[in-house]
Formats: sequence, C-alpha cells, structure tokens
Amino acid sequence: MNNIVFLPVLLPLLTGIVLLFFSKSIKFQRVFSVLSVLAGILLAVMLVGKVHGQGILTLQVGSWEAPFGIVIVADMLASLLVLTTNLIGFAIIVYSFYSIGKERERFYYYAIFQFLLVGVNGAFLTGDIFNLFVFFEVMLMASYVLLALGGTKPQLRESLKYILVNVISSALFVITVAYLYSVVGTLNMADISRKIAKIDQPGIVTVIAVSFLIVFGLKGAIFPLFFWLPGSYYAPPIPIIALFGALLTKVGIYSILRTYTLLFYHDQGYTHQLLGILALLTIIVGVIGAVGYWDMKKIIIYNIVIAIGVIIFGISLMNQQSLSGSIFYIIHDMIIKAALFLLIGIIIKITGTNNLREISGLIKAYPYVGWTFFIAAISLVGIPPFSGFAGKLLILQGAVKAGSYIGMAVILLSSLMVLYSLMKIFINGFWGIPRAYPDADRVPVKMLLLPAVLLVGVSIVYGFGTEAMYPFISQATEPLIDPGIYINAVLKE
Amino acid sequence: MEILMAVVIGILFMSATYLMLSKSILRIIIGTGLLSHGAHLLILTMGGLKRGSVPLLSEQANSYVDPLPQALILTAIVISFGVTSFFLVLAYRTYQEFGTDNMDRLRGKEANE
Amino acid sequence: MKTNDIILQTVAKLASLVILLFSIYIFFGGHYSPGGGFVGGLLASGAIVLLLLAYDLKTVAAILPIDYKLLIAAGLLIAVLTGAGALLFDAPFMTHTFSYFDVPLLGHTALHTAVLFDLGVYLVVVGVTMTIIQTIGESE
Repeated sequence: MNNIVFLPVLLPLLTGIVLLFFSKSIKFQRVFSVLSVLAGILLAVMLVGKVHGQGILTLQVGSWEAPFGIVIVADMLASLLVLTTNLIGFAIIVYSFYSIGKERERFYYYAIFQFLLVGVNGAFLTGDIFNLFVFFEVMLMASYVLLALGGTKPQLRESLKYILVNVISSALFVITVAYLYSVVGTLNMADISRKIAKIDQPGIVTVIAVSFLIVFGLKGAIFPLFFWLPGSYYAPPIPIIALFGALLTKVGIYSILRTYTLLFYHDQGYTHQLLGILALLTIIVGVIGAVGYWDMKKIIIYNIVIAIGVIIFGISLMNQQSLSGSIFYIIHDMIIKAALFLLIGIIIKITGTNNLREISGLIKAYPYVGWTFFIAAISLVGIPPFSGFAGKLLILQGAVKAGSYIGMAVILLSSLMVLYSLMKIFINGFWGIPRAYPDADRVPVKMLLLPAVLLVGVSIVYGFGTEAMYPFISQATEPLIDPGIYINAVLKE
Repeated sequence: MEILMAVVIGILFMSATYLMLSKSILRIIIGTGLLSHGAHLLILTMGGLKRGSVPLLSEQANSYVDPLPQALILTAIVISFGVTSFFLVLAYRTYQEFGTDNMDRLRGKEANE
Repeated sequence: MKTNDIILQTVAKLASLVILLFSIYIFFGGHYSPGGGFVGGLLASGAIVLLLLAYDLKTVAAILPIDYKLLIAAGLLIAVLTGAGALLFDAPFMTHTFSYFDVPLLGHTALHTAVLFDLGVYLVVVGVTMTIIQTIGESE
C-alpha cells in the first residue's frame, strides 16, 4: 500500500477544509497553514527518497484495478515537482503575512491557497487523463478566487477574462478527452499509451495531440495562446502573482511534457516539430515584451513566457539531454521566478510604483535586497555555477544532437536579452542617486526579504549541487525516454 | 442517431460561439453554458450511444451501456455548474463596480487605474 | 409595495416540507437506484429557495439559522475524512466497504461507507447553492 503517494494531495485538502472553519482567527490560519506546508515539504522529501529507492510508486484509489479506476502515479518527475511546489508554497505563505493585508486574510485567503496546492500537486501526481482535468479545475477554481479576492477594479476586470479563457479551454479539454476515449476506450494514461502504440498513431491521434497542445498551451501560455497572461497576471497582489507565475503555467507545461512523451511520441515529425516552432516563437515574443517594457511586473511576467519557450523547446527535441535539461530548467524556473516576484514585490512596496523610470539608488538603503536580486537575476540567466546553467546547457546539447542550430541560436540570444531585461531593473532600480520614498519606513523589508532569500538560497544550492541532483533528474528522465517503464509500473505487467 | 447527435452538438457549439462573441457579459456566460452542454453531449456520443441496459445491477440485462462516459459527464456538469455560478456572481460584482456589462468598456489599459 | 401572497406562502410551507422529505428519500435511495447526495442536495436547496421566494431572506434565516459556508466546510470534511478513513485500515484512499446489520425498525440492512461520503456531498451541495443564492440575493 502506497498511501504516501496521495498524502501530498490529501494534506493541503484537509488543511484547507479546517481553515474554512477558522476564518475569524487570522493567527490560527497563519500558524496552521505554515505548519501544514512544512509537513508537506517533509512528505515530499520522503516521497522523493522513496521513489529514488523503489522506482515509480502507484496507488489505485478506492482499490479499483489499474486500467479501470483512477491511479495516482509518483515517478521521480512528479515527486520533484511536488517538492518544489511545497517549497514555493511555504515561501509565499510566509511572504503573505506581511503583504497580503488583513482583509484578504479574513476572506479565506489561506484556505484557497491550500486548495490551489491540492490542484497543483494532484495534477502532477495523477495518472489518469480525466482526473488530470479534475485537478486542473480544482487548481483553476482556486486561482479564480485568488485572482478576484479583494475585488479591486482591475482585478474584477481581468478575472472575468481569465475565467472566460479558461472555461473555453476546459470545454476543449473535455472535448479532447471525449475524442481520445472514442479512439482508445480508456482514460488511464499508461493504458492509453499502450493502446496508441498498437494502432501506431494515425491521423486522428495527431488531431487529438494537437488539441491537447491547444488546451495545455492555453494554460501554459505558449506562443499564440499567451495573450491572456500579461493582463491577468498583472492585476492581483504580488504573492498571488508569484504563486501563479511559479506554479500555474508550469502545470500546463508539465501536462505537455507528460502527454507528448508518454502518449504521442510515435509521429514526432509533425507534432514535435510544431511544438519546436511554437516554442521558438514563444521565446521571441517573450523577449520582445521583456525588453520593451519599463514596468517591473511586466518584465518578469514576460520572462515567464521566455522560460516556457525554453522548456517547451527542450521537450520538442525529445532526446535524453534535452529532456533532462527541460526538467532541470522547469524546477529552477519555478523557484527563481517565485523569488524574483517576491523581490520586485519588495521594491514596489518600498517605492510605491512599478515604473523603473521613477525609482533609483535603492542599493544604499537596501543592500541586501539589491544583492539578492542580483544573484536571482544571474541565476535566471544561467550564468555558471548558478542554477539556470545546467538546464540550459543540457537543452543546448540536445539541440546540437538534434541538429537544431536555429533553436540553439534563439535560446542563446534570448539569454542575453533576459540578462539585459533584468539588469535594466537592477541598474535603474538600485544604482543612481537615492531618492526619498514616503512610504518606505512602513515596509517590513526584513520579514519580506526572508522568504525571497530562502528561495534564492534553495536555487543556489540547486545550482551548486547539480552533480548531486543529476541522479534524480536522470531517474526522472528515464520514463520520458522509455514510456515502457511508466506503463509497466502502472499496469504491473 | 450519431448523425443527429452530431448535428445537435454542432448547433450547440455554433450558438455558443455566436453568444460568446457578443459584448454583453450575460450572453457570454450563457454561451459558455451552451459550450459545456455541447461538450457533455459529445462525451456521450463518443462513448457509444445506448445499446444495452442501464448500468445498474438490478436490471439483470445481458449487456449494459458503458457507465464511464456518464460518470465523466456528471463530473463535468458539477464542475461547469460551479464555474458558471462563480462566473455569474463575479459578473454581477463587476456590473456593480463598473456600472456596465459591456466588454468593450472593460478593456484593460496600460496604466493601472 | 405590500403584496398579498398568502396562497404562495401556505403552499410553500407544505411543499418545502414534502420536497425536503423527498430529498432525504432520494439521498438514501442513491446507492442501488438513481439518486444520491448531489440530487438530494439540489432538491433540499430547492426547498429552501421556495421558502426564500415565498418569504424573504430574514424570515428564512430566522427559521433556518445555518451558516451555509460552514455547511460547505463540514460537508467537505465529512467526505474527505470518509475517504481518508481507509488509510487507518491500510487500504488505498477512498476504498469503501459495506456489511449487513440488523438495525432496529429497518431490519436486515446493508450499511455502506459510501453513504457517509454522500452525506458530505449532500451538505456541500446545499451549502454551495445556498451561499450563491444568498450572495446574489443579499445585495438587492
């Protein structure tokens, strides 16, 4: 019995429910959610350790046999992502204490936060395509509430659009699952993979693959479907943006990674080439946005788009190096994006503006914020030995192996542009003549900096410990290269 | 029967698209409702239309219909019920706040109001 | 404006009682025949909405002093704990079981853990529906 596989979902679910009863007592909510997320981190570490020792773990929910019931599957990839999710959740909850405001805290903020973690962890762990849809919806429902929570005008306006986009993509998800069900007659992903292998991916399966790409691309914001992201991620307060930017889009990417390596790997000529082209276009659009704006939030938001492009490009190449690179990069990006959002959140709190032209000289009063931001920035760019390096290097190696030199050039140039966009924040914000900011004294900078430093610290450890991490990453890559491992583990043949 | 279902689903999708392209929030929400109805009917058709008895043990028939699409539809209905009701409440709040239900007037501007 | 809705109010009083009873019947019938927590919950909230139509929010709140948000939480808790109960017996999450008991009045009956889960669903559905209707209704 492997009930530990389901505990990362069950724990935040129970926590969220208990928090619903205590909406009056903010103190209890804070303490309880921090304790719960800490327990979640411990659980995830145990899960990673167990998967490392025993291989892929599965749980047949409700004791229904594998292809008929829902299976929860913890392979190394899912476990690592669950661990990262919990780490980020912890940092953002601590950050929220001093920045989200009493009004939102009283309105079930922490409970909804836990439900979002339920959705994200569940989406990573499930081995059933319809269950993936359900966890997506749990996650989206929580994100709708978080986006609208507080009810300021821009938030209401943007959440209307966000919900509309996601309702349409959910309908498309249901439609695509219906098509898939009519072709293979099963919903268990391992079983689907086995059955598709038998019919060898005819045209209809390619149609389904592209429909899935549209569905997950809408959630993950890849090139033609990213239009909603800059607006929606701009509206809510910083901790919520950090949460969305670090987790939500990555769930879409993870789903693309899972379906394109497990289900639709037979006819790569069409689907994966399409994926590669879209990835490169995503990078280019992201770079244009990141370089063009003078608004700190927008710059980081467009950096999300760039990172998505890089990861998807790694997936589209489908070889050992590029997939390991994508996994390295996705974990790195989740951590560092959350850290960057938290850091610019501090800057915005101090200066009261997003506009880079209106701030300067912060390094004198806030040296720690400045240098933490600097380290986070060069980690994101991938300057060795920081954490972005290994992932990008592996993706580039994969590109060389696949002979995709255009992709290589785009990624290398994009790194330069990312460096430029972040140094723009650093130089304009921290260098220059110090200015007086009226609200600066009331900001609890130390308390806000703590979670950001924690995340940057994790990212540094991740970067310097690449050698130690590599066995885990390569174990995570194995089932992606050879779906047989995943199928055997789930169906126990 | 499948052809009839295909036509019905097509009409639902068509009306949904038409409604969602209009400017009023309420029409858009009705459009999303029709869209999900279409999707549910599609699952039903894709899972195979009724050829056996109701999937209940008490029926004691030789063949039963596949219960899985029905379970999927029930789940999807519950989810779309939740999302639609949230959407409606949010639209109502937006209407109170902005005094309009015209999507054209709810455009985001670069500057944060 | 004062309207004379005595007919509606009298009928609503009787009908909501019948609907509530029927919702409980549907809820218990749900295991082996069509019905269950979701439909039952919707029927129950239908009964309360009928009362809301006949009277107004304040009167109904006085008759049924329930915080529907807590009802959602309670329902979720019951449902999840039922599922998690399987963990105590070292069975996978959500594993259900049943057995036959001799219950007073009802005689030899099958008691099923799925009923507990369904009770959670019932409460959640009533809670969610009523919360939505109250939220929209209150602001008028």
